[in-house]
Amino acid sequence: MKVLVPVKRVIDYNIRPRVKADGSGVDLVNVKMSMNPFDEIALEEAVRLREKGQASEVIAVSIGPAKAQDTLRTALAMGADRAILIVVETEVEPLAVAKLLKAVADEEQPGVVILGKQAIDDDCNQTGQMLAALMGRPQGTFASAVSVAGDRVEVTREVDGGLETVSLALPAVITADLRLNEPRYASLPNIMKARSKPLAQKTPADYRVDITPRLTTLKVAEPPVRAAGVVLDSVDALVAKLKELGISA
Amino acid sequence: MKTLVWAEHENGRLKDASLPTVTAAAKLGEVDLLVAGAGVAGVAQAAAQIVGVGQVLVADDEAYAHALPENLAPLVVELMAGYDAFLAPATSTGKNIAPRVAALLDVMQLSDILSVEGPQTFTRAIYAGNAIATVKSSDAKLVITVRGSTFAKAVASGGVATISPVSGPGNQELSNFVRADIAQSTRPELTSAKVVVAGGRALGSAEKFQDVIEPLADKLKAAVGASRAAVDAGYVPNDYQVGQTGKIVAPEFYFAIGISGAIQHLAGMKDAKTIVAINADPEAPIFGVADYGLVGDLFEIVPALTAKL
Ligand SMILES: Cc1cc2nc3c(=O)[nH]c(=O)nc-3n(C[C@H](O)[C@H](O)[C@H](O)COP(=O)(O)OP(=O)(O)OC[C@H]3O[C@@H](n4cnc5c(N)ncnc54)[C@H](O)[C@@H]3O)c2cc1C
Ligand SMILES: Nc1ncnc2c1ncn2[C@@H]1O[C@H](COP(=O)(O)O)[C@@H](O)[C@H]1O
Repeated sequence: MKVLVPVKRVIDYNIRPRVKADGSGVDLVNVKMSMNPFDEIALEEAVRLREKGQASEVIAVSIGPAKAQDTLRTALAMGADRAILIVVETEVEPLAVAKLLKAVADEEQPGVVILGKQAIDDDCNQTGQMLAALMGRPQGTFASAVSVAGDRVEVTREVDGGLETVSLALPAVITADLRLNEPRYASLPNIMKARSKPLAQKTPADYRVDITPRLTTLKVAEPPVRAAGVVLDSVDALVAKLKELGISA
Repeated sequence: MKTLVWAEHENGRLKDASLPTVTAAAKLGEVDLLVAGAGVAGVAQAAAQIVGVGQVLVADDEAYAHALPENLAPLVVELMAGYDAFLAPATSTGKNIAPRVAALLDVMQLSDILSVEGPQTFTRAIYAGNAIATVKSSDAKLVITVRGSTFAKAVASGGVATISPVSGPGNQELSNFVRADIAQSTRPELTSAKVVVAGGRALGSAEKFQDVIEPLADKLKAAVGASRAAVDAGYVPNDYQVGQTGKIVAPEFYFAIGISGAIQHLAGMKDAKTIVAINADPEAPIFGVADYGLVGDLFEIVPALTAKL
Protein backbone atom coordinates (compact mmCIF):
# COMPACT_ATOMS: atom_id res chain seq x y z
CA MET A 1 0.00 0.00 0.00
CA LYS A 2 1.29 3.42 -0.96
CA VAL A 3 0.70 6.42 1.30
CA LEU A 4 0.40 9.88 -0.17
CA VAL A 5 1.19 12.88 2.04
CA PRO A 6 0.42 16.40 0.78
CA VAL A 7 2.69 18.97 2.44
CA LYS A 8 2.36 22.73 2.19
CA ARG A 9 5.09 25.33 2.47
CA VAL A 10 3.85 28.00 4.89
CA ILE A 11 5.12 30.80 7.09
CA ASP A 12 6.99 29.29 10.06
CA TYR A 13 4.67 28.96 13.05
CA ASN A 14 7.04 30.91 15.28
CA ILE A 15 6.80 34.03 13.11
CA ARG A 16 4.19 36.68 13.75
CA PRO A 17 2.64 37.51 10.38
CA ARG A 18 2.50 41.18 9.32
CA VAL A 19 -0.17 42.63 7.07
CA LYS A 20 1.20 44.57 4.10
CA ALA A 21 0.63 48.32 4.26
CA ASP A 22 -1.35 48.33 1.00
CA GLY A 23 -3.81 45.76 2.37
CA SER A 24 -3.09 43.26 -0.39
CA GLY A 25 -2.01 40.41 1.86
CA VAL A 26 0.53 39.24 4.41
CA ASP A 27 4.19 40.11 3.94
CA LEU A 28 6.15 36.96 3.11
CA VAL A 29 9.30 38.60 1.77
CA ASN A 30 12.36 37.41 3.71
CA VAL A 31 10.14 35.57 6.15
CA LYS A 32 11.13 32.12 7.38
CA MET A 33 9.03 29.43 5.68
CA SER A 34 8.60 25.85 6.87
CA MET A 35 6.48 22.77 6.39
CA ASN A 36 2.95 23.23 7.75
CA PRO A 37 3.21 21.70 11.27
CA PHE A 38 0.17 19.45 10.76
CA ASP A 39 1.78 18.06 7.61
CA GLU A 40 4.89 17.07 9.59
CA ILE A 41 2.55 15.05 11.80
CA ALA A 42 0.85 13.53 8.74
CA LEU A 43 4.21 12.59 7.27
CA GLU A 44 5.42 11.07 10.54
CA GLU A 45 2.32 8.88 10.64
CA ALA A 46 2.92 7.72 7.07
CA VAL A 47 6.55 6.86 7.80
CA ARG A 48 5.49 4.92 10.91
CA LEU A 49 3.03 2.91 8.78
CA ARG A 50 5.90 1.98 6.49
CA GLU A 51 8.18 1.15 9.42
CA LYS A 52 5.46 -1.16 10.77
CA GLY A 53 5.34 -2.90 7.39
CA GLN A 54 1.81 -1.66 6.65
CA ALA A 55 2.85 0.73 3.90
CA SER A 56 5.24 0.06 1.05
CA GLU A 57 6.07 3.58 -0.06
CA VAL A 58 5.55 7.14 1.20
CA ILE A 59 5.13 9.83 -1.44
CA ALA A 60 5.15 13.51 -0.46
CA VAL A 61 3.38 15.99 -2.75
CA SER A 62 3.43 19.76 -2.66
CA ILE A 63 1.67 22.36 -4.72
CA GLY A 64 3.48 25.64 -4.55
CA PRO A 65 6.37 27.76 -5.78
CA ALA A 66 9.69 26.29 -6.93
CA LYS A 67 10.96 26.97 -3.41
CA ALA A 68 8.57 24.34 -2.06
CA GLN A 69 11.36 21.98 -3.16
CA ASP A 70 12.97 22.74 0.20
CA THR A 71 9.81 21.60 1.98
CA LEU A 72 9.82 18.39 -0.03
CA ARG A 73 13.52 17.81 0.71
CA THR A 74 12.60 18.08 4.40
CA ALA A 75 9.86 15.51 3.83
CA LEU A 76 12.36 13.21 2.14
CA ALA A 77 14.78 13.68 5.03
CA MET A 78 12.02 12.80 7.48
CA GLY A 79 11.49 9.53 5.63
CA ALA A 80 9.39 9.98 2.49
CA ASP A 81 10.65 7.78 -0.37
CA ARG A 82 10.00 10.20 -3.20
CA ALA A 83 8.35 13.52 -3.85
CA ILE A 84 6.26 15.32 -6.43
CA LEU A 85 6.23 19.10 -6.78
CA ILE A 86 3.44 20.69 -8.81
CA VAL A 87 4.84 24.13 -9.50
CA VAL A 88 2.48 27.09 -9.25
CA GLU A 89 3.89 30.48 -8.34
CA THR A 90 0.52 31.98 -7.36
CA GLU A 91 -1.70 30.99 -4.43
CA VAL A 92 -3.79 27.88 -5.06
CA GLU A 93 -7.13 27.47 -3.30
CA PRO A 94 -8.00 24.27 -1.42
CA LEU A 95 -10.55 23.21 -4.08
CA ALA A 96 -7.88 23.37 -6.80
CA VAL A 97 -5.34 21.69 -4.48
CA ALA A 98 -7.85 18.89 -3.89
CA LYS A 99 -8.37 18.48 -7.65
CA LEU A 100 -4.61 18.26 -8.25
CA LEU A 101 -4.24 15.76 -5.40
CA LYS A 102 -7.12 13.72 -6.85
CA ALA A 103 -5.23 13.56 -10.17
CA VAL A 104 -2.06 12.44 -8.37
CA ALA A 105 -4.07 9.82 -6.47
CA ASP A 106 -5.54 8.54 -9.74
CA GLU A 107 -2.00 7.96 -10.97
CA GLU A 108 -0.47 6.60 -7.79
CA GLN A 109 -3.45 4.66 -6.38
CA PRO A 110 -2.51 5.14 -2.69
CA GLY A 111 -4.24 3.08 0.01
CA VAL A 112 -4.21 6.04 2.35
CA VAL A 113 -3.78 9.78 1.87
CA ILE A 114 -2.78 11.60 5.06
CA LEU A 115 -3.03 15.40 5.07
CA GLY A 116 -2.75 17.98 7.82
CA LYS A 117 -6.10 19.05 9.25
CA GLN A 118 -5.38 22.70 8.57
CA ALA A 119 -2.84 24.91 6.88
CA ILE A 120 -1.72 27.57 9.37
CA ASP A 121 -1.73 30.32 6.74
CA ASP A 122 -5.21 30.14 5.17
CA ASP A 123 -6.72 28.32 8.20
CA CYS A 124 -9.22 26.70 5.81
CA ASN A 125 -9.44 23.16 7.21
CA GLN A 126 -11.06 21.78 4.07
CA THR A 127 -8.60 20.25 1.60
CA GLY A 128 -8.69 16.70 3.02
CA GLN A 129 -12.47 16.60 3.14
CA MET A 130 -12.64 17.92 -0.44
CA LEU A 131 -10.14 15.36 -1.66
CA ALA A 132 -12.11 12.53 -0.03
CA ALA A 133 -15.27 13.79 -1.75
CA LEU A 134 -13.60 14.01 -5.16
CA MET A 135 -12.15 10.52 -4.74
CA GLY A 136 -15.51 9.18 -3.57
CA ARG A 137 -13.74 7.74 -0.52
CA PRO A 138 -14.31 7.98 3.26
CA GLN A 139 -12.57 10.53 5.48
CA GLY A 140 -11.16 10.39 8.99
CA THR A 141 -10.60 14.01 9.92
CA PHE A 142 -8.77 15.47 12.97
CA ALA A 143 -7.12 12.12 13.70
CA SER A 144 -5.43 11.42 17.02
CA ALA A 145 -4.98 7.68 16.40
CA VAL A 146 -4.86 5.60 13.23
CA SER A 147 -4.82 1.83 12.97
CA VAL A 148 -4.88 -0.11 9.72
CA ALA A 149 -6.26 -3.66 9.80
CA GLY A 150 -6.99 -5.59 6.61
CA ASP A 151 -9.06 -3.55 4.20
CA ARG A 152 -10.16 -0.99 6.81
CA VAL A 153 -8.64 1.74 8.90
CA GLU A 154 -9.86 2.81 12.31
CA VAL A 155 -9.46 6.50 13.04
CA THR A 156 -9.94 8.18 16.42
CA ARG A 157 -10.99 11.78 15.87
CA GLU A 158 -10.68 14.85 18.10
CA VAL A 159 -14.21 16.29 18.14
CA ASP A 160 -15.79 19.14 20.08
CA GLY A 161 -17.07 16.91 22.86
CA GLY A 162 -14.04 14.62 23.17
CA LEU A 163 -13.09 11.69 20.97
CA GLU A 164 -14.92 9.67 18.34
CA THR A 165 -13.79 6.52 16.54
CA VAL A 166 -14.85 5.59 13.03
CA SER A 167 -13.99 2.65 10.81
CA LEU A 168 -13.33 3.46 7.15
CA ALA A 169 -13.08 1.27 4.07
CA LEU A 170 -9.70 1.63 2.33
CA PRO A 171 -8.65 3.58 0.34
CA ALA A 172 -9.33 6.42 2.75
CA VAL A 173 -8.34 10.02 3.41
CA ILE A 174 -7.11 11.00 6.88
CA THR A 175 -6.31 14.45 8.28
CA ALA A 176 -3.86 14.71 11.17
CA ASP A 177 -4.53 16.57 14.41
CA LEU A 178 -1.90 17.67 16.95
CA ARG A 179 -1.98 14.61 19.21
CA LEU A 180 -1.51 11.98 16.47
CA ASN A 181 2.24 11.70 17.09
CA GLU A 182 5.39 13.72 17.70
CA PRO A 183 7.22 14.16 14.41
CA ARG A 184 10.91 13.21 14.34
CA TYR A 185 13.69 15.59 13.44
CA ALA A 186 15.54 14.89 10.24
CA SER A 187 19.02 13.65 11.14
CA LEU A 188 22.06 14.97 9.29
CA PRO A 189 22.74 11.64 7.48
CA ASN A 190 19.09 11.56 6.42
CA ILE A 191 19.28 15.14 5.16
CA MET A 192 22.27 14.08 3.05
CA LYS A 193 20.46 10.98 1.80
CA ALA A 194 17.37 13.04 0.92
CA ARG A 195 19.37 14.94 -1.69
CA SER A 196 19.52 11.90 -3.94
CA LYS A 197 15.91 10.77 -3.51
CA PRO A 198 13.65 11.34 -6.55
CA LEU A 199 11.76 14.65 -6.74
CA ALA A 200 9.56 14.98 -9.83
CA GLN A 201 8.47 18.40 -11.11
CA LYS A 202 5.06 18.83 -12.68
CA THR A 203 2.60 21.56 -13.60
CA PRO A 204 -1.21 21.73 -13.26
CA ALA A 205 -1.39 21.40 -17.06
CA ASP A 206 0.23 17.93 -16.78
CA TYR A 207 -2.88 16.92 -14.83
CA ARG A 208 -5.32 18.99 -16.93
CA VAL A 209 -6.60 20.72 -13.81
CA ASP A 210 -8.01 24.24 -13.98
CA ILE A 211 -6.74 26.15 -10.94
CA THR A 212 -8.51 29.44 -11.57
CA PRO A 213 -9.42 30.89 -8.14
CA ARG A 214 -13.07 31.12 -7.14
CA LEU A 215 -12.51 33.68 -4.39
CA THR A 216 -11.16 37.17 -4.82
CA THR A 217 -9.45 38.77 -1.85
CA LEU A 218 -10.68 42.34 -1.78
CA LYS A 219 -8.63 43.39 1.20
CA VAL A 220 -6.48 42.10 4.04
CA ALA A 221 -6.47 44.13 7.24
CA GLU A 222 -4.95 44.01 10.70
CA PRO A 223 -7.37 42.73 13.31
CA PRO A 224 -8.61 45.32 15.82
CA VAL A 225 -5.97 45.90 18.49
CA ARG A 226 -6.89 45.63 22.14
CA ALA A 227 -6.23 48.69 24.25
CA ALA A 228 -3.35 48.21 26.67
CA GLY A 229 -4.40 46.82 30.01
CA VAL A 230 -3.08 47.31 33.50
CA VAL A 231 -0.99 45.16 35.79
CA LEU A 232 -2.58 45.14 39.22
CA ASP A 233 -0.60 44.85 42.43
CA SER A 234 -2.76 42.54 44.48
CA VAL A 235 -5.45 39.90 44.43
CA ASP A 236 -7.69 42.36 46.28
CA ALA A 237 -7.33 44.87 43.46
CA LEU A 238 -8.32 42.20 40.94
CA VAL A 239 -11.31 41.10 43.00
CA ALA A 240 -12.46 44.72 43.20
CA LYS A 241 -12.13 45.16 39.43
CA LEU A 242 -13.99 41.94 38.70
CA LYS A 243 -16.84 42.90 41.00
CA GLU A 244 -16.99 46.34 39.41
CA LEU A 245 -17.37 44.62 36.03
CA GLY A 246 -20.23 42.58 37.40
CA ILE A 247 -18.71 39.12 37.56
CA SER A 248 -21.00 36.90 39.62
CA ALA A 249 -19.59 34.38 42.02
CA MET B 1 -31.30 33.94 -1.85
CA LYS B 2 -32.45 30.61 -0.39
CA THR B 3 -30.21 29.17 2.28
CA LEU B 4 -30.06 25.75 3.92
CA VAL B 5 -28.58 25.60 7.42
CA TRP B 6 -27.16 22.49 9.08
CA ALA B 7 -28.86 21.94 12.45
CA GLU B 8 -26.42 20.51 14.96
CA HIS B 9 -27.83 18.15 17.55
CA GLU B 10 -26.66 15.54 20.01
CA ASN B 11 -28.51 12.86 21.96
CA GLY B 12 -31.87 14.03 20.70
CA ARG B 13 -31.29 17.68 21.62
CA LEU B 14 -30.85 20.62 19.30
CA LYS B 15 -27.57 22.38 20.05
CA ASP B 16 -27.09 26.13 20.37
CA ALA B 17 -24.27 25.98 17.83
CA SER B 18 -26.70 26.39 14.95
CA LEU B 19 -28.28 29.58 16.27
CA PRO B 20 -25.51 31.99 15.20
CA THR B 21 -25.45 30.20 11.84
CA VAL B 22 -29.16 30.98 11.39
CA THR B 23 -28.35 34.65 12.06
CA ALA B 24 -25.60 34.61 9.42
CA ALA B 25 -27.88 32.86 6.92
CA ALA B 26 -30.69 35.37 7.52
CA LYS B 27 -28.33 38.11 6.32
CA LEU B 28 -28.23 36.31 2.96
CA GLY B 29 -31.92 35.51 2.53
CA GLU B 30 -34.56 32.93 3.42
CA VAL B 31 -33.52 30.27 5.92
CA ASP B 32 -34.47 26.59 5.93
CA LEU B 33 -32.93 24.13 8.38
CA LEU B 34 -31.81 20.58 7.77
CA VAL B 35 -32.20 18.15 10.65
CA ALA B 36 -30.54 14.87 9.70
CA GLY B 37 -30.14 11.91 12.00
CA ALA B 38 -31.88 8.87 13.41
CA GLY B 39 -34.90 9.42 15.65
CA VAL B 40 -34.80 13.19 15.30
CA ALA B 41 -38.50 14.09 15.43
CA GLY B 42 -37.96 15.93 18.73
CA VAL B 43 -35.00 17.86 17.33
CA ALA B 44 -37.11 18.87 14.33
CA GLN B 45 -39.85 20.15 16.67
CA ALA B 46 -37.29 22.26 18.55
CA ALA B 47 -35.76 23.50 15.30
CA ALA B 48 -39.16 24.65 14.04
CA GLN B 49 -39.35 27.08 16.97
CA ILE B 50 -36.25 29.03 15.95
CA VAL B 51 -37.29 32.51 14.92
CA GLY B 52 -36.55 33.25 11.26
CA VAL B 53 -36.68 29.69 9.98
CA GLY B 54 -39.19 29.03 7.18
CA GLN B 55 -39.00 25.29 6.82
CA VAL B 56 -37.35 22.42 8.64
CA LEU B 57 -36.31 19.54 6.40
CA VAL B 58 -36.07 16.28 8.33
CA ALA B 59 -34.01 13.36 7.06
CA ASP B 60 -34.70 10.65 9.62
CA ASP B 61 -32.69 7.56 8.72
CA GLU B 62 -30.23 5.23 10.47
CA ALA B 63 -27.70 6.19 7.75
CA TYR B 64 -27.63 9.75 9.08
CA ALA B 65 -26.94 8.83 12.71
CA HIS B 66 -23.55 9.97 14.05
CA ALA B 67 -23.25 12.63 11.33
CA LEU B 68 -21.08 10.51 9.03
CA PRO B 69 -20.02 12.89 6.23
CA GLU B 70 -19.86 10.11 3.63
CA ASN B 71 -23.63 9.65 3.99
CA LEU B 72 -24.62 13.24 4.71
CA ALA B 73 -22.80 15.05 1.92
CA PRO B 74 -24.76 13.30 -0.88
CA LEU B 75 -28.01 14.14 0.93
CA VAL B 76 -27.09 17.82 1.22
CA VAL B 77 -25.92 17.91 -2.40
CA GLU B 78 -29.30 16.59 -3.58
CA LEU B 79 -31.15 19.15 -1.48
CA MET B 80 -28.93 21.96 -2.74
CA ALA B 81 -30.69 21.74 -6.12
CA GLY B 82 -33.26 24.00 -4.47
CA TYR B 83 -30.89 26.33 -2.56
CA ASP B 84 -28.26 28.98 -3.22
CA ALA B 85 -26.21 28.58 -0.06
CA PHE B 86 -25.39 25.92 2.52
CA LEU B 87 -24.24 27.10 5.94
CA ALA B 88 -22.94 25.07 8.86
CA PRO B 89 -21.46 26.12 12.19
CA ALA B 90 -17.65 25.90 12.29
CA THR B 91 -17.83 23.04 14.79
CA SER B 92 -16.06 19.71 14.41
CA THR B 93 -19.22 18.37 12.71
CA GLY B 94 -19.69 21.37 10.42
CA LYS B 95 -16.01 21.38 9.45
CA ASN B 96 -16.27 17.68 8.65
CA ILE B 97 -19.31 17.88 6.38
CA ALA B 98 -19.31 21.28 4.64
CA PRO B 99 -16.08 20.93 2.63
CA ARG B 100 -17.27 17.54 1.37
CA VAL B 101 -20.46 19.21 0.16
CA ALA B 102 -18.48 22.06 -1.39
CA ALA B 103 -16.24 19.75 -3.40
CA LEU B 104 -19.22 17.76 -4.72
CA LEU B 105 -20.87 21.04 -5.77
CA ASP B 106 -17.55 22.23 -7.25
CA VAL B 107 -17.45 25.37 -5.13
CA MET B 108 -14.74 26.85 -2.93
CA GLN B 109 -15.85 26.86 0.71
CA LEU B 110 -15.74 30.03 2.80
CA SER B 111 -14.36 28.72 6.10
CA ASP B 112 -15.18 30.14 9.52
CA ILE B 113 -16.62 33.48 8.40
CA LEU B 114 -16.68 36.44 10.81
CA SER B 115 -19.18 38.62 8.99
CA VAL B 116 -21.46 38.89 5.98
CA GLU B 117 -20.50 41.99 3.97
CA GLY B 118 -22.72 41.41 0.95
CA PRO B 119 -24.44 38.61 -0.97
CA GLN B 120 -21.09 37.12 -2.05
CA THR B 121 -18.68 38.93 0.27
CA PHE B 122 -17.49 37.84 3.70
CA THR B 123 -14.67 38.41 6.18
CA ARG B 124 -12.59 35.63 7.66
CA ALA B 125 -9.54 35.35 9.89
CA ILE B 126 -6.32 34.01 8.37
CA TYR B 127 -2.82 33.42 9.80
CA ALA B 128 -4.09 32.61 13.30
CA GLY B 129 -6.22 35.73 13.37
CA ASN B 130 -3.27 38.01 12.64
CA ALA B 131 -5.03 39.19 9.50
CA ILE B 132 -8.64 39.59 8.48
CA ALA B 133 -9.39 38.96 4.81
CA THR B 134 -12.42 40.26 2.94
CA VAL B 135 -13.21 37.73 0.24
CA LYS B 136 -15.72 37.62 -2.56
CA SER B 137 -16.97 34.38 -4.05
CA SER B 138 -17.65 33.94 -7.76
CA ASP B 139 -19.27 30.51 -7.33
CA ALA B 140 -22.90 29.96 -8.35
CA LYS B 141 -23.68 28.40 -4.96
CA LEU B 142 -22.10 29.20 -1.61
CA VAL B 143 -20.84 26.78 1.03
CA ILE B 144 -19.97 28.50 4.29
CA THR B 145 -18.94 27.61 7.82
CA VAL B 146 -19.75 30.22 10.46
CA ARG B 147 -17.77 31.25 13.54
CA GLY B 148 -20.32 31.06 16.34
CA SER B 149 -18.74 33.66 18.58
CA THR B 150 -19.13 36.54 16.11
CA PHE B 151 -22.82 36.27 15.27
CA ALA B 152 -25.67 36.79 17.72
CA LYS B 153 -27.76 33.72 18.47
CA ALA B 154 -31.10 33.49 16.69
CA VAL B 155 -33.99 33.37 19.15
CA ALA B 156 -34.66 29.71 19.93
CA SER B 157 -38.39 29.87 20.57
CA GLY B 158 -41.47 31.55 19.16
CA GLY B 159 -40.92 30.59 15.52
CA VAL B 160 -43.44 28.70 13.43
CA ALA B 161 -41.56 26.81 10.73
CA THR B 162 -43.21 24.00 8.80
CA ILE B 163 -41.69 20.54 9.05
CA SER B 164 -41.17 18.47 5.88
CA PRO B 165 -39.67 15.00 5.68
CA VAL B 166 -36.97 14.48 3.06
CA SER B 167 -34.91 11.47 2.06
CA GLY B 168 -31.58 11.06 0.34
CA PRO B 169 -29.24 8.46 -1.08
CA GLY B 170 -28.81 6.81 2.36
CA ASN B 171 -25.87 4.69 3.43
CA GLN B 172 -22.87 4.85 1.10
CA GLU B 173 -21.23 1.91 2.93
CA LEU B 174 -17.89 3.70 3.17
CA SER B 175 -17.69 4.27 6.92
CA ASN B 176 -19.06 3.12 10.27
CA PHE B 177 -19.32 4.76 13.62
CA VAL B 178 -17.42 2.69 16.22
CA ARG B 179 -17.62 4.59 19.50
CA ALA B 180 -17.55 7.98 21.16
CA ASP B 181 -15.72 8.99 24.32
CA ILE B 182 -17.58 12.13 25.21
CA ALA B 183 -17.15 13.38 28.76
CA GLN B 184 -20.38 14.51 30.39
CA SER B 185 -19.81 17.77 32.15
CA THR B 186 -22.08 19.85 34.32
CA ARG B 187 -20.21 22.97 33.28
CA PRO B 188 -21.39 25.35 30.57
CA GLU B 189 -20.11 24.63 27.06
CA LEU B 190 -16.72 26.16 26.38
CA THR B 191 -17.73 27.94 23.18
CA SER B 192 -20.82 29.61 24.65
CA ALA B 193 -19.83 30.14 28.31
CA LYS B 194 -19.91 33.65 29.80
CA VAL B 195 -16.78 32.94 31.82
CA VAL B 196 -13.85 30.74 30.84
CA VAL B 197 -11.05 29.78 33.22
CA ALA B 198 -8.11 28.41 31.24
CA GLY B 199 -4.88 26.84 32.45
CA GLY B 200 -1.55 26.26 30.77
CA ARG B 201 1.62 24.28 31.03
CA ALA B 202 2.51 25.96 34.32
CA LEU B 203 -0.13 23.91 36.14
CA GLY B 204 2.34 21.04 36.00
CA SER B 205 0.03 18.02 36.34
CA ALA B 206 -3.55 16.84 35.95
CA GLU B 207 -3.93 16.84 39.75
CA LYS B 208 -2.73 20.40 40.16
CA PHE B 209 -4.87 21.54 37.24
CA GLN B 210 -7.82 19.99 39.03
CA ASP B 211 -6.89 21.45 42.43
CA VAL B 212 -6.21 25.01 41.26
CA ILE B 213 -8.34 25.67 38.16
CA GLU B 214 -11.53 23.73 38.95
CA PRO B 215 -12.42 25.50 42.25
CA LEU B 216 -12.17 28.92 40.57
CA ALA B 217 -14.29 27.67 37.66
CA ASP B 218 -16.82 26.22 40.13
CA LYS B 219 -17.09 29.52 41.91
CA LEU B 220 -17.63 31.48 38.69
CA LYS B 221 -19.85 28.82 37.05
CA ALA B 222 -17.31 28.92 34.28
CA ALA B 223 -16.25 26.59 31.50
CA VAL B 224 -12.69 25.29 31.70
CA GLY B 225 -10.25 25.73 28.85
CA ALA B 226 -6.57 25.03 28.33
CA SER B 227 -3.59 25.75 26.15
CA ARG B 228 -2.29 23.16 23.74
CA ALA B 229 0.66 22.53 26.05
CA ALA B 230 -1.69 21.58 28.91
CA VAL B 231 -3.63 19.24 26.61
CA ASP B 232 -0.51 17.66 25.10
CA ALA B 233 0.85 17.04 28.61
CA GLY B 234 -2.38 15.22 29.47
CA TYR B 235 -3.61 17.58 32.22
CA VAL B 236 -6.99 17.83 30.48
CA PRO B 237 -8.72 16.23 27.46
CA ASN B 238 -8.37 17.51 23.88
CA ASP B 239 -11.74 19.23 23.83
CA TYR B 240 -10.48 21.84 26.33
CA GLN B 241 -8.00 23.32 23.84
CA VAL B 242 -8.54 26.97 23.00
CA GLY B 243 -6.76 28.43 20.01
CA GLN B 244 -6.14 28.64 16.28
CA THR B 245 -6.57 24.93 15.92
CA GLY B 246 -8.77 24.32 18.95
CA LYS B 247 -11.91 26.16 20.00
CA ILE B 248 -12.57 29.83 19.39
CA VAL B 249 -14.19 31.52 22.37
CA ALA B 250 -15.39 35.05 23.07
CA PRO B 251 -16.71 35.04 26.65
CA GLU B 252 -17.35 38.04 28.89
CA PHE B 253 -14.38 37.01 31.04
CA TYR B 254 -11.38 34.90 30.09
CA PHE B 255 -8.84 33.93 32.74
CA ALA B 256 -5.49 32.86 31.27
CA ILE B 257 -3.61 31.16 34.09
CA GLY B 258 -0.03 30.06 33.54
CA ILE B 259 -0.44 30.54 29.80
CA SER B 260 2.29 32.43 27.94
CA GLY B 261 0.11 33.77 25.13
CA ALA B 262 1.54 32.20 21.96
CA ILE B 263 -0.15 33.53 18.79
CA GLN B 264 -1.88 30.19 18.33
CA HIS B 265 -3.50 30.54 21.74
CA LEU B 266 -4.39 34.22 21.32
CA ALA B 267 -6.18 33.34 18.06
CA GLY B 268 -8.77 31.48 20.10
CA MET B 269 -9.49 33.97 22.89
CA LYS B 270 -8.48 37.50 22.04
CA ASP B 271 -12.08 38.49 21.29
CA ALA B 272 -13.05 37.92 24.92
CA LYS B 273 -14.55 41.06 26.44
CA THR B 274 -12.30 41.12 29.50
CA ILE B 275 -9.07 39.14 29.69
CA VAL B 276 -7.38 38.46 33.02
CA ALA B 277 -3.85 37.05 32.94
CA ILE B 278 -1.98 35.48 35.82
CA ASN B 279 1.62 34.72 35.01
CA ALA B 280 4.98 34.63 36.79
CA ASP B 281 6.76 36.30 33.89
CA PRO B 282 6.02 40.03 33.50
CA GLU B 283 7.27 39.80 29.91
CA ALA B 284 4.81 37.06 28.91
CA PRO B 285 3.00 38.03 25.69
CA ILE B 286 -0.36 37.31 27.30
CA PHE B 287 -0.02 40.65 29.14
CA GLY B 288 -0.08 42.34 25.74
CA VAL B 289 -3.75 41.44 25.31
CA ALA B 290 -4.86 41.25 28.96
CA ASP B 291 -7.07 43.96 30.45
CA TYR B 292 -5.96 43.02 33.96
CA GLY B 293 -2.80 41.22 34.88
CA LEU B 294 -1.27 39.83 38.03
CA VAL B 295 2.40 38.93 38.03
CA GLY B 296 3.29 36.13 40.40
CA ASP B 297 2.97 32.50 41.32
CA LEU B 298 -0.37 31.12 40.22
CA PHE B 299 -0.28 28.53 43.01
CA GLU B 300 -0.54 31.40 45.48
CA ILE B 301 -2.67 33.84 43.49
CA VAL B 302 -5.42 31.55 42.22
CA PRO B 303 -6.41 29.97 45.55
CA ALA B 304 -6.44 33.45 47.12
CA LEU B 305 -8.60 34.77 44.30
CA THR B 306 -10.99 31.83 44.60
CA ALA B 307 -11.31 32.42 48.33
CA LYS B 308 -11.98 36.14 47.96
CA LEU B 309 -14.56 36.03 45.18
C1 LIG C 1 0.33 23.94 14.44
C2 LIG C 1 0.20 24.46 15.83
C3 LIG C 1 -1.05 24.67 16.34
C4 LIG C 1 -1.19 25.14 17.65
N1 LIG C 1 -2.44 25.35 18.12
C5 LIG C 1 -2.59 25.79 19.39
C6 LIG C 1 -3.88 26.06 19.93
O1 LIG C 1 -4.91 25.88 19.26
N2 LIG C 1 -3.97 26.48 21.21
C7 LIG C 1 -2.85 26.70 22.00
O2 LIG C 1 -3.01 27.08 23.17
N3 LIG C 1 -1.64 26.48 21.50
C8 LIG C 1 -1.47 26.02 20.23
N4 LIG C 1 -0.21 25.78 19.77
C9 LIG C 1 0.91 25.81 20.72
C10 LIG C 1 1.48 27.20 21.01
O3 LIG C 1 2.41 27.54 20.02
C11 LIG C 1 2.17 27.20 22.40
O4 LIG C 1 3.18 26.21 22.40
C12 LIG C 1 1.24 26.90 23.55
O5 LIG C 1 0.09 27.72 23.47
C13 LIG C 1 1.95 27.13 24.87
O6 LIG C 1 1.14 26.76 25.96
P1 LIG C 1 1.36 27.42 27.40
O7 LIG C 1 1.19 28.89 27.28
O8 LIG C 1 0.50 26.67 28.34
O9 LIG C 1 2.86 27.01 27.75
P2 LIG C 1 4.16 27.91 27.85
O10 LIG C 1 4.38 28.70 26.62
O11 LIG C 1 5.24 27.01 28.31
O12 LIG C 1 3.81 28.96 28.98
C14 LIG C 1 3.72 28.66 30.32
C15 LIG C 1 3.61 29.98 31.05
O13 LIG C 1 3.42 29.76 32.45
C16 LIG C 1 4.16 30.72 33.18
N5 LIG C 1 4.42 30.15 34.51
C17 LIG C 1 5.26 29.15 34.84
N6 LIG C 1 5.17 28.87 36.15
C18 LIG C 1 4.24 29.71 36.67
C19 LIG C 1 3.69 29.89 37.97
N7 LIG C 1 4.06 29.12 39.00
N8 LIG C 1 2.77 30.85 38.14
C20 LIG C 1 2.35 31.62 37.10
N9 LIG C 1 2.83 31.47 35.84
C21 LIG C 1 3.76 30.52 35.64
C22 LIG C 1 5.39 30.99 32.37
O14 LIG C 1 5.88 32.30 32.66
C23 LIG C 1 4.84 30.87 30.94
O15 LIG C 1 4.43 32.15 30.45
C24 LIG C 1 -0.05 25.36 18.46
C25 LIG C 1 1.21 25.15 17.92
C26 LIG C 1 1.35 24.71 16.62
C27 LIG C 1 2.71 24.50 16.07
N1 LIG D 1 -0.54 23.78 -1.65
C1 LIG D 1 -0.60 22.61 -0.99
N2 LIG D 1 0.29 21.62 -1.26
C2 LIG D 1 0.24 20.44 -0.61
N3 LIG D 1 -0.67 20.16 0.34
C3 LIG D 1 -1.58 21.10 0.65
C4 LIG D 1 -1.60 22.37 0.01
N4 LIG D 1 -2.62 23.08 0.52
C5 LIG D 1 -3.20 22.31 1.46
N5 LIG D 1 -2.58 21.11 1.54
C6 LIG D 1 -2.90 19.99 2.44
O1 LIG D 1 -4.20 20.19 2.97
C7 LIG D 1 -4.16 20.37 4.38
C8 LIG D 1 -5.26 21.30 4.84
O2 LIG D 1 -5.11 22.58 4.26
P1 LIG D 1 -6.25 23.69 4.29
O3 LIG D 1 -7.51 23.03 3.83
O4 LIG D 1 -5.76 24.76 3.37
O5 LIG D 1 -6.34 24.16 5.71
C9 LIG D 1 -2.73 20.79 4.67
O6 LIG D 1 -2.36 20.47 5.99
C10 LIG D 1 -1.95 19.98 3.63
O7 LIG D 1 -1.78 18.63 4.05
